[in-house]
Amino acid sequence: MAWVTQTLSSSLGRKVIMSLTGLFLSSFLIVHVAGNLQLFKSDGGRAFNEYTYFMTHNPLIITISYLLYTSILVHALMSIVLTRHNQASRPVKYAYGRPEANSTWSSRNMGILGTVLFLFIVIHMRTFWYEMHFGSVPMAEYDGKQYKDLYAVVLEAFSQWWYVLLYVICMVALGYHLVHGFQSGFQSLGIRHKKYTPIIEFLGTFVFAILIPALFAAMPIYVFLQVHGII
Amino acid sequence: MKITLKVWRQKNSNTPGKLVEYQLDNISPDMSFLEMFDVLNGELTKKGEEIIAFDHDCREGICGSCSMYINGRAHGPQTGSTTCQLHMRSFSDGDTIVVEPWRARAFPVIKDLMVDRTAFDRIAQAGGYISVNTGSAPDANEIPVPREVADTAMDAAQCIACGACVAACKNASAMLYVAAKVSHFAVLPQGQAERTMRAERMVAQMDTEGFGACSFTGACSVECPKSISLDHIARLNREYLGAKLTSNNVQG
Ligand code: HEM
Ligand code: FES
Repeated sequence: MAWVTQTLSSSLGRKVIMSLTGLFLSSFLIVHVAGNLQLFKSDGGRAFNEYTYFMTHNPLIITISYLLYTSILVHALMSIVLTRHNQASRPVKYAYGRPEANSTWSSRNMGILGTVLFLFIVIHMRTFWYEMHFGSVPMAEYDGKQYKDLYAVVLEAFSQWWYVLLYVICMVALGYHLVHGFQSGFQSLGIRHKKYTPIIEFLGTFVFAILIPALFAAMPIYVFLQVHGII
Repeated sequence: MKITLKVWRQKNSNTPGKLVEYQLDNISPDMSFLEMFDVLNGELTKKGEEIIAFDHDCREGICGSCSMYINGRAHGPQTGSTTCQLHMRSFSDGDTIVVEPWRARAFPVIKDLMVDRTAFDRIAQAGGYISVNTGSAPDANEIPVPREVADTAMDAAQCIACGACVAACKNASAMLYVAAKVSHFAVLPQGQAERTMRAERMVAQMDTEGFGACSFTGACSVECPKSISLDHIARLNREYLGAKLTSNNVQG
């Protein structure tokens, strides 16, 4: 097994870990955004609560969720290992640098963007995941069956303007992280091809960096406007 | 042209260096950047001061020795060129130009603008070669190489090991250099015998030398005097992962 640990601790292997966890998180975003679209239904939160019930009771989803928590931690820890190694590779910095002449801002600031995302994930999970699993969530009844009314928790959180603002800012960070990260993740796996790379770049930019963060950001804004009777 | 130069002066690898300012009043726009340094060194000699040490050899963009980080960019503001191919007409009268050595843990400064790039030689020695039979040369057309493959190999083979990729990368990563060397042989029939071993050993040596990991910022390719493509980095990842998964080298 020495070859496995040796491979995964090489500079290329570490990037493979970064890529696999990052792309797995990206794929989860599709499921997450699609499910949360239920928030846009004007049914008093029924569809959303039924969806959260499914997500917290289906054995397959529960298994995948543990994989997800692990991925977040491994991705974040590996980013620290890589960042430290990369910084140590240049002990004396340049007095004068013009990095903007040869690379994009997001590609150079994945660590900062990732740190914002990590803090966001902590706040986000405290507000919803923790309440759902360990907090006291009010109950709702549909067709004689009891459901945890997570929708009520959502309404409460998104009725605060600063919480909405926090979400919007973090979704911008997500967009910048993924505009570079999504396509970079494929390169780390050696996937680069005249036929497929344009598709990957298109998906990374328009779906993962723009559409998904925009939909996520629209949710708190929509709820806020609704709760305050603006729409 | 009047030019203010701020040049990194460092006695040797053990003493700290600093930027020192020099005024040059009579610079022709047709001089190359290195000729401008020759003029400055001439003046320093006349004044009895120690001349600025910098690497140079061919002065026509093929040896890769003229490493200088000029105004925040490897080999200066002109893309697709080395320092020796850069001319003073790329600057304006009255400009201040900051010149620093390559900065990387794996490229320690020897003196002033000279750095030790033997880390690249050790990576090449680890696997950047092919085995050939001695004796009579094989017939030129005996080994078929499709045109597209030959072009890819030639693009990679253009690497002059100048180190601009390392200098430009925010991680001081040598991925583009190693990728060019591995790619060059990996796509050709002549490179197949050592293909697996080459990817494994060259990457291991790259890590041992203390270069950073690749973040795909693409800075290396932009600053590369030969504009070597990022395609080769993806191929290196492919070659390395393939080698690790399939080689019989269980010890790693
Ligand atoms: C929703 C959460 C996240 C997603 C979807 C995501 C996705 C990705 C992807 C796809 C990559 C590219 C991997 C590669 O280039 O091989 C990446 C890179 C990176 N991620 Fe994340 N990430 C997330 C959260 C985080 C967090 C929480 C951190 C840090 C605490 C982080 C730090 C980084 C860093 C530093 C890189 C660059 C690694 C490098 O280029 O060397 N990410 N991420
Ligand atoms: S001196 Fe040979 S490449 Fe510049």
